[in-house]
Amino acid sequence: MSAALMTHQAFKSKASAVAAITLPTMAQPEVTELPPPVRRHTPLVERYGAEITAFFRHVIPVVFGLALFVVLWAIVSQGSSLPGPLKTWHSAVVVFSDPFYQKGPNDQGIGWNILMSLQRVGIGFGMAALLGIPLGFMIGRFQFLSSMTAPIISLLRPVSPLAWLPIGLLVFKAANPAAIWVIFISSIWPMIINTAAGVREVPQDYLNVAKVLNLSEWKVFTKILFPAVLPFMLTGIRLSIGVAWLVIVAAEMLTGGVGIGFWVWDEWNNLNVEHIIIAIFTVGIVGLLLEYTLMLVARRFEYR
Amino acid sequence: MDKFVLVENVSMVFKTKSGSFTALKDVNMSVAEGEFVTLIGHSGCGKSTLLNLVAGLLVPSTGVQICAGREIAGPGPDRGVVFQNHSLLPWLTCFENVMLAVERVFGATESGGKLKARTIRALELVQLSHAADKRPNEISGGMKQRVGIARALSMEPKVLLLDEPFGALDALTRAHLQDELLKIVAKTKSTVLMVTHDVDEAVLLSDRIVMMTNGPAATVGDIVDVSLPRPRERMALVNDSRYHECRARVLKFLYQKQLRPAA
Repeated sequence: MSAALMTHQAFKSKASAVAAITLPTMAQPEVTELPPPVRRHTPLVERYGAEITAFFRHVIPVVFGLALFVVLWAIVSQGSSLPGPLKTWHSAVVVFSDPFYQKGPNDQGIGWNILMSLQRVGIGFGMAALLGIPLGFMIGRFQFLSSMTAPIISLLRPVSPLAWLPIGLLVFKAANPAAIWVIFISSIWPMIINTAAGVREVPQDYLNVAKVLNLSEWKVFTKILFPAVLPFMLTGIRLSIGVAWLVIVAAEMLTGGVGIGFWVWDEWNNLNVEHIIIAIFTVGIVGLLLEYTLMLVARRFEYR
Repeated sequence: MDKFVLVENVSMVFKTKSGSFTALKDVNMSVAEGEFVTLIGHSGCGKSTLLNLVAGLLVPSTGVQICAGREIAGPGPDRGVVFQNHSLLPWLTCFENVMLAVERVFGATESGGKLKARTIRALELVQLSHAADKRPNEISGGMKQRVGIARALSMEPKVLLLDEPFGALDALTRAHLQDELLKIVAKTKSTVLMVTHDVDEAVLLSDRIVMMTNGPAATVGDIVDVSLPRPRERMALVNDSRYHECRARVLKFLYQKQLRPAA
């Protein structure tokens, strides 16, 4: 009886509440005649209404934008040599069904092409980070170094990345290192500049703490300078990765070998325009993923 | 020691784009061992500059400064500073913020366990043991300031320098922290030099109030001895005539002799 009562109370239905009050005066058997528990199903919309609305408010414009893009694309491709969305989609299914085939040096799956491009970006960008970040720290810390390097940086930074390619070919006498060199030289600037700016922006309060506590240079670096500069540094890294990924397609178009840029050029020579469009989307998506990953890393280091 | 901290004929001239600016001129003052001295004056009178000079963050243009028998040449852990805006490192927990100071001063001579114990004791002193593992952005302004005080005290400084430590707090929190500071100072027998612009705060806490004239070329205008007995109780002082007399003297100085022309 009591168990039944508790179940009813748990449902908080009016009927059970009434029963509970009148129970003591009632005869035992009548308890079993209590109305069956009314299960109150809260409708999903009622329970998660706010979340669902927010979700749709977020998603609907995105879906709408993409749909509009595809429709415009389909209209533009009508009656021109540009392949439409459907044709490209079918082609993409074929390309991505076997991304890692290898038929000789000039005919490899799109997976290999992406990985090769990523490898070049990784090496070029990695070297730029290894050199650029410490350099940025020193430029930010020492005024003399800053004044010394300022004219060089302002002179070289706006140079188009591909202008560096002939220099790379001349020095390295090979296409692959030349492509990596272009990535290196075009992605180093944001890291130098942002790291240096970060060091200059370290609040004087923190440096006063360092002075008052008389911290050693190493402690100042690990406990104050590095954590304070980290968000700036990550911004620089993010910009650099963006530039590197932007430049790799152009560099590979010129240098050849295996890579997404070369693939684009190769497919152009084959007049396989669907593949070029696939490559454009692939480059875009990989770039987005790189950016997003770094955003997640950066968020991890946000204070305040 | 009668002149534990000594500032003698100190002047401070800043070089600015539009020529040199004399912030302090011929300042003479001292703090005895175990004494609580406040610097009071209108904003911009250079009282923070004077504190930064004693802290060693600035170098005086002329004059001599001595702390515990040694000339002040740059900042050092013998002078614990509490800044107005707490200046805790946001990426370290309260414990780590205090530990940073403890390690620096005692790291060479003591084991890790002892250092931790010192840090814990410092946080206990300001009643923040429960917030040891919190980051500064997770605690209130008053708590941040208390961690700042714990950090300064954990170094066992010869002098505690407080630069408007409660200036950014609301009135109730400020009163609460003043009471706590009174207790802490009584317990640790610290020598304190504090900058403030709050007359009640100055009278409540100090043994002497050094009143500064308006800048530029500010200097010590007058000194008030606060002869109220310790321990002091905020509520008991409300009806104490000596308290009101001190308060009146400071107010008179600030608002009659040194009233700033409307800025």
